[in-house]
Formats: sequence, C-alpha cells, structure tokens
Amino acid sequence: MENDPNNILDEVTSGEYKYGFYTDIEMETAPKGLSEDTIRFISAKKNEPEWLLEFRLNAYRKWLSMTEPTWAHLHHPPINYQDIIYYAAPKKKKELASLDEVDPELIETFNKLGISLEEQKRLSGVAVDAVIDSVSVKTTFSETLEKQGIIFCSFSEAVQKVPELVKQYLGTVVPSDDNYFAALNSAVFSDGSFCYIPKGVRCPIELSTYFRINAANTGQFERTLIIGDEGSYVSYMEGCTAPMRDENQLHAAIVEIIALKDAEVKYSTVQNWYPGNKKGEGGIYNFVTKRGICKGNNSKISWTQVETGSAITWKYPSVVLMGDNTVGEFYSVAVTNNYQQADTGTKMIHLGRNTKSTIISKGISAGQSNNSYRGLVKMTKRALNSRNFSQCDSLLLGDKCGAHTFPYIKTENQSSIVEHEATTSKISDDQLFYCNQRGISTESAIGLIVNGYAREVLKQLPMEFAVEAQKLLAISLEGSVG
Amino acid sequence: MEGITTNYNTKETLIRLFGENRPEELPAMARLREQAMEAFVQNGFPHTKLEKWRNTDLSRSLNHAFIFPLEPASDGTEPEDIFRCDVPGFNTHMVSLLNGRVIDQGNTLPQAAEGVIVCSMAEAFEKYKDLIERHYAKYAGFGDNAMIALNTAFARDGVFIFIPDNVEVSRIVQTVNLIHSTEPVFVQPRNLVIMGRNSSLRLVMCDDSVDNNVGFINSVSEFVLAENARLDHYKLQNKNDHSALINNSAFHLEAGANLSTSAISLNGGLIRNETRVLLNGRSSHADVLGAYLMDRHQHIDNQVFIDHAVSDCTSNELFKGILDDSASGVFNGHILVRKDAQRTNAYQNNKNILISDKAVIDTKPFLEIYADDVKCSHGATVGQLDAEAMFYLRSRGISASNARMLLMYAFVAEIVNRISIPELRERIDDLVKKRLRGELSVCDQCVLHCNSREQKIAFDIDMSKI
Repeated sequence: MENDPNNILDEVTSGEYKYGFYTDIEMETAPKGLSEDTIRFISAKKNEPEWLLEFRLNAYRKWLSMTEPTWAHLHHPPINYQDIIYYAAPKKKKELASLDEVDPELIETFNKLGISLEEQKRLSGVAVDAVIDSVSVKTTFSETLEKQGIIFCSFSEAVQKVPELVKQYLGTVVPSDDNYFAALNSAVFSDGSFCYIPKGVRCPIELSTYFRINAANTGQFERTLIIGDEGSYVSYMEGCTAPMRDENQLHAAIVEIIALKDAEVKYSTVQNWYPGNKKGEGGIYNFVTKRGICKGNNSKISWTQVETGSAITWKYPSVVLMGDNTVGEFYSVAVTNNYQQADTGTKMIHLGRNTKSTIISKGISAGQSNNSYRGLVKMTKRALNSRNFSQCDSLLLGDKCGAHTFPYIKTENQSSIVEHEATTSKISDDQLFYCNQRGISTESAIGLIVNGYAREVLKQLPMEFAVEAQKLLAISLEGSVG
Repeated sequence: MEGITTNYNTKETLIRLFGENRPEELPAMARLREQAMEAFVQNGFPHTKLEKWRNTDLSRSLNHAFIFPLEPASDGTEPEDIFRCDVPGFNTHMVSLLNGRVIDQGNTLPQAAEGVIVCSMAEAFEKYKDLIERHYAKYAGFGDNAMIALNTAFARDGVFIFIPDNVEVSRIVQTVNLIHSTEPVFVQPRNLVIMGRNSSLRLVMCDDSVDNNVGFINSVSEFVLAENARLDHYKLQNKNDHSALINNSAFHLEAGANLSTSAISLNGGLIRNETRVLLNGRSSHADVLGAYLMDRHQHIDNQVFIDHAVSDCTSNELFKGILDDSASGVFNGHILVRKDAQRTNAYQNNKNILISDKAVIDTKPFLEIYADDVKCSHGATVGQLDAEAMFYLRSRGISASNARMLLMYAFVAEIVNRISIPELRERIDDLVKKRLRGELSVCDQCVLHCNSREQKIAFDIDMSKI
C-alpha cells in the first residue's frame, strides 16, 4: 500500500543510522573516572604550561560545587561522571608529513563517512583538521593558510605554538564556571581546533573540522577557539558523525568565537551523531556550550546548524553583541526521530547600539521524540535602536512526538524592536494532495515539503555542507526513500 | 529551601495564626486546610529563584507589619461611604467586599426564584455544603502554587455564585473588592462560580483601593462551566501604588462551554494575574485577553496557562500593554496541547510598547505540544509607537504628546473594543483615556471619588485635521 499514510510515515521515520561503524585503532587512554589526577594526567600528556593546568584545576573545583542543570525539557538517566574515560588518543608513531602516512584505517573511516581527505583536498579545496577522538591527526592545507598568516591547527598545537594568543582569549567568551558542562569541559578538554585570522585577511577557503567519537566509553570534550582579528573574514565548518555504540556517550564541547572590529565569522555545523536505536537505547548525550562575542564595532557572527543526531541535544549557540552596529545570526534545523530529545536554541544579548539579530529555527519532530526551541533575546539599556527578528516553526510528523517553544524576551529600552513569531503544525493535507495529484508519491512529497520547510536555513550553509545536510535530512526522516 | 525573608517574618505569623484560628467546620474542610497549610509551609512565599517567579519579586510587598483580618469588620463601614462605582448607567447586582469580607447589603438578585444564588462564601460554607463539597478547591490545585495553598488554608469569605441549568442571568453581577485600613492589611478572598448547563453569566470583578495604605491581596477564584455554559468575565484593577494583588483564577470548561475573560490593569503597585484554563470538554472555547497600562514603579505580571486536554477546542490569547517610567511587565503564556487533543487551534499573542528607557518587559510565550493535528501559533513583539503614524499625525498639526496619546489609545483599543457590555466598554474606554492623560493616578489618591462626570472624556484633538 504505497499511499497508506501510516505506512509511509513509518517508513519515512524509521531510517537506520548509516554511519555506525567502529574503527579499530590502537588507543592510549587515561584511567576511568575524574579527579585532579586525571586532569594532571591529561595536562602532562599534552605537555601543557602551568597556567593551563591551573585553568583546568580551577574549572574542576568550580565544577565540583555545581549541580547538573535540570531546567531543560530533557529526560535521561543520571550520568555517572566517574564511569567515563576522559582521555583517549590514537598512539602516535611519528609526525606525519603527507596524507599517505595517515593510518589507512583512518582513511577508510573517512571514506565510509563520504569525506575522504583526498577527495576534499583535490576537489573542494577545503582544509580539514580531522579530529579523531580528541587528537588532531592531520592538518591539510596549512601551508597555504600559513602564507596569509592564518593559524589553523589543533588546540594543543596552538598551546605550544602561540600560547600568548590562547592565554589571552581562552575562557573570555565562555568562562570556566559558565555552566555545569562548560566547567566540566574546561577541566578536562582534550583537544579541538584553534583558528586565528590576522588583521584584514579574508580566509580564501572554508575551514573545516570533522569530529568523531570513536572508542567506547570515551567522553569527548572538544575545545574550539576562533579569533577573527580586525577586518578579517572566515567561514568555519564543523561536522560530526559517530559510530554506533550501545552505551550512552557524553559529549560536552565548548566553542568560543571572538570577532574584533569589522570582522566576520560564519560557523556552520552539521551534527549527525548516533541518535540511539529505534527503542531509544544508546546514543550520544550532547551538551554543548557555543558562544561568540562581537567585540569590536561592525563585526558579525553567524551560526548555522543542522542537528539530526544525538540521543540528547542541549545546545544554545549564542552571540553577545557588544560592539555598536554588530550583527548576530542563528539559523537552525533540528530533526528528532524515534526517542531523540533536542533542547536547542540561541541567546542574543544586545549590549551595543544599533545591533541586529536574526533567529530562524525550524524544528521537525517524528516518532516519539521531543524537540524544543529555547531562546533568549535580551535588549539591555545601552542597546539603543537595536532590532531582533525571531521565527521558530515546528513541524510534527506523527501523533506521539512533541514540539515545544520557550522563547524568553527581555527588553530594557524603548527604541529597540523585538519580534517573535512561532507556529506549530503538521504537513497539511492540502500540500500532500497537491503533490499526489501531480503524480508525486506521498513519501517523495513529504521529503519535498520537509526540504522546502528547512530551505531557509539550508541555503545559509556553505555549498559543500548543504549537500551533506540535505542528505542527512533525508536519512533522518525518509528512511528507505533517502 | 530558599525563600523570602522579611523583617516581620510574615510566614511564621501565618503559621501561628493558622494554629490559633481554627473555624468550626466539617472535618473534610479542616483536612483540606491542613493539607494546604502543609504545602505552604513546605514551599513558603514564592521567590525569584523559581522559574515562574523569576521576574516578580514579592519581598518588598511582603515587608510590612501586616494585620490579618479573619473575622468580619465590625466598625459598621458602609461601602457606599467610601466607594461608589463610577460606571455611569451601569446597572449591576453589586456585591461588595471590604478587606476580604462580604458586606451584606440585603439585596437579592431578581432571578433568585429560578434558583440563582449569589451570596458570600461564608454563607455558602454553611448553607450549600453539597455544592461546596462537590466543587470547592477542585479546580485551583495548590500542589505547585504556594499562594493558592495559603489562600486555601485561610479562606473565610468571598463571593459564591451558583447558576442552575438553563438559566441566563440577565443582570450583570459585579463584585467590588475594597481595601480600607489604617494598618497594612493582608486579605485572602476566595470566590467560587458554578455554572450549570446552557447557563450564562456576565461577571465584572473590580479591585479598587480607597485610600493610599498598604494592602496585600491574595485572591483565588474558581469557575466551573458545565456543558454549553457561557461566561463573560472582566477583571478591572485599579489599585494604589502600595498595594500588591495576587490573583489566581482557575477556569474549568466542559464540552461546548464558552469563556471570555479580560484583565484590564490600570494601576497597582504589584499585580500578578495567574489564569489557568482547562478545556476539558470537546468544542469548548476560551478567549483570554488582557490590557495593562503601567507607569512609575508599578509591576504587572500576567501568567496564562491554557490546557487543551481534549480534541476540537480552541483558545485565543491576546495581551497588550504599555509601560512608562520605571514600570516593569511580565507576560508568561503557556499553551499545553495534550497527546489526544487533536484538531486544536490555539493562538497566543503579546504586544508591548515601551515609552521610557527605564521600563522593562519580560515576555515568554511558550508552547508545549504533544499532538500533531494542531494549529498553534504565538507571537510577541516589543517596540515603540510607529514612527510613520506619528509623522502622519504631526504633519496634520497634532502635538507630539497628543499624537502619542492617540496612538497608545488605539493600541489598547483592540482589547477594550472587545468588551461586550456597552456601558462597561464605554467606562473602561474613558478610564484608559484618563489613564493615558495621567489623570487617573491623581484621582486614585483622592478618597472622594466625586463621580461628577456626565460628559464623555475625549482627547483634546481637533479630529477634523486628520
């Protein structure tokens, strides 16, 4: 019965996770559990300076005094923080000079993900800083970037190479005691990416990093720091897939972006971590703190995210609009299926004058999932003539899922304008009928409508990503159809 | 447990008072009071660490040496001596409350013969035990609401209304809740309105201050609408700057019932309206409207919870407000669409205008949806008066202040125009105009309530210019 809507919805919403595999690479791991010793172990392993160890220990002590937040619209069994390995690194044999020297198994992993390094290097001109389980294995195109003075390397490398920059900016956007998960990350972060664009430089290529969570029981604690110096421009892409594991894995990352005067930073994410199986078992717990600050006048930060994975997503990419005439943007598509839960949104804190922010959030829920938008728009007293526009729409596929909206709006001056609108609906029978009538099967029609619904956000993605994102939407929702 | 600490330890006083003043009543009632008191003792007064109270701070309002009048006042004050309802031509059946106790004026509603009851709660506790047992405290749950718990523990009096099946009450019922005391006073009126099948009622509830003294009102009202009942409900709030008014209203709607409730807040030191609507029968409908005009250091908080428990119900929420000076406003709308509440239509809108840089608004229009065949939307805007409209009026020779007033008036008119009682609409319209000219608060300080206005209030604008 091709046209029975119930069947189709089932098919459409029962796609299997295609990236569930496990790469067998020799690992070097820290003992399970979290203590000051674990932190000292990580710090020593990475040969870190004293101040960074202090930073970690401080964060750890603050973390001990904090409690896990419960305000989000999420339900999960308590996390045992002592049952997690906080450091896992592929054993390094030697420094790698070219792509050929990369572990063939790793190359195979990337090939399965459909982002072979060679392909990327040859065809798309994307420099990929591939992160597998916390340690950067290979950085491509760094030579090209070096010529322009752009620093794009792993976080630990940056600590060795440009410690003064790291010290100057680390923790300035997300303080180590910002929240429970940020404190945890600040204490145990293993690696991540570092990016510095010098004054007046327009980064010629899209920078990209790929995260993977690989070894079982390894929490991944990424730390990304992006600094756009005066008048610079960079577009940064982050993508994630993780192999199928049965136990829940914890991920608590921090991304900090600093945009100085006239700088523009565009950050795009496609997140497709293992969402758990159809019964809601397993899957990644994703607790991420992402925040950017438009420090100088006329700067701009733009977040674009496509969230299809993770059993639990807790993520609020935010922008602090500190300079005058600064711009913050947030574009999001969040898809939840089966028993996935997402509580995601943004914060736009307007501090400077004539600041502008735009929020476009599209939620799609299917199966038994729950999808929440949670956002804050704050116009402070000083933020005169500021403007915000928010739109958050939810689409419900099936009658067992939930879609929720929690927008907070706080305005403290009279010259700012804030607009918020939201709708919740299902795919209308009219639209389906129209498609059917023109010979489009119901399943293709749903795909078409969902893609059209998310178009506004997808078009914000860099070209290379947009293709992948559309595929992910298809996989997440359209099952066999995709 | 964190809580509010005041210099006068109001919570301890209340606990002591509760133990000392046990009215003689049915054991079931006594048990209910005890449970409610337990809930209050456990939670204490709500504080800003609670999500629902983060923007409304009671600590200043509670920081007074309150007296708690539990027995009827015996000084023989006649409500006519201190207050006269100043809605011209407004012929209502009026029930006055002074410091939370109903003042018996000996008048009965013409429709009493048909079984309509309008009396004090104290009387209802005695006379209509079966109705009380069936309905009292069944709709305003106190498990998660410390203010309702406190009210339930102490409730002595209020207004009781019962309308039998198929009776349409022709006369408007008006309750006037007055506070008159030389000392800071803490009162807790409790109202219950029971409406039978196919009945209808128009009810106006006014909260007024007659002097400039401190008052804290913690009021709870329960409304139950049986099949196809229709209730038009208005709250008119005009209090002095030293008063705090916590107003909990719980509406329970059965199939086909139709509710329209509006809260018009013109003045008041701190006002919090918590409205809960349970749409419990198919095809029931609720309109929840509100308008607020606040200035100086006034604070207004509207909390609306609409629970779509069954399918085919509709709800419509619209709140509009203007905040001036250092006034602060809160709007928290929550629509819950339960799993099987298919074919729900729910709209929620909150629009605000700030006309001062010190005014603050917090708005949180919030949707929680578990059914798929629904149409829900919400919107919230914060802005200022439309510059183009201003320019238009100015270009026609209207002064800036008049143009501002006209635009503000037009902004609120959307709510006022939906009042279905013509006399009341006219009166509120006047009050809004007066309020916008800054006159109302002046009058509010005056005890005379001269009530000499015969002609309608108009703006000083030559309309021919427009």
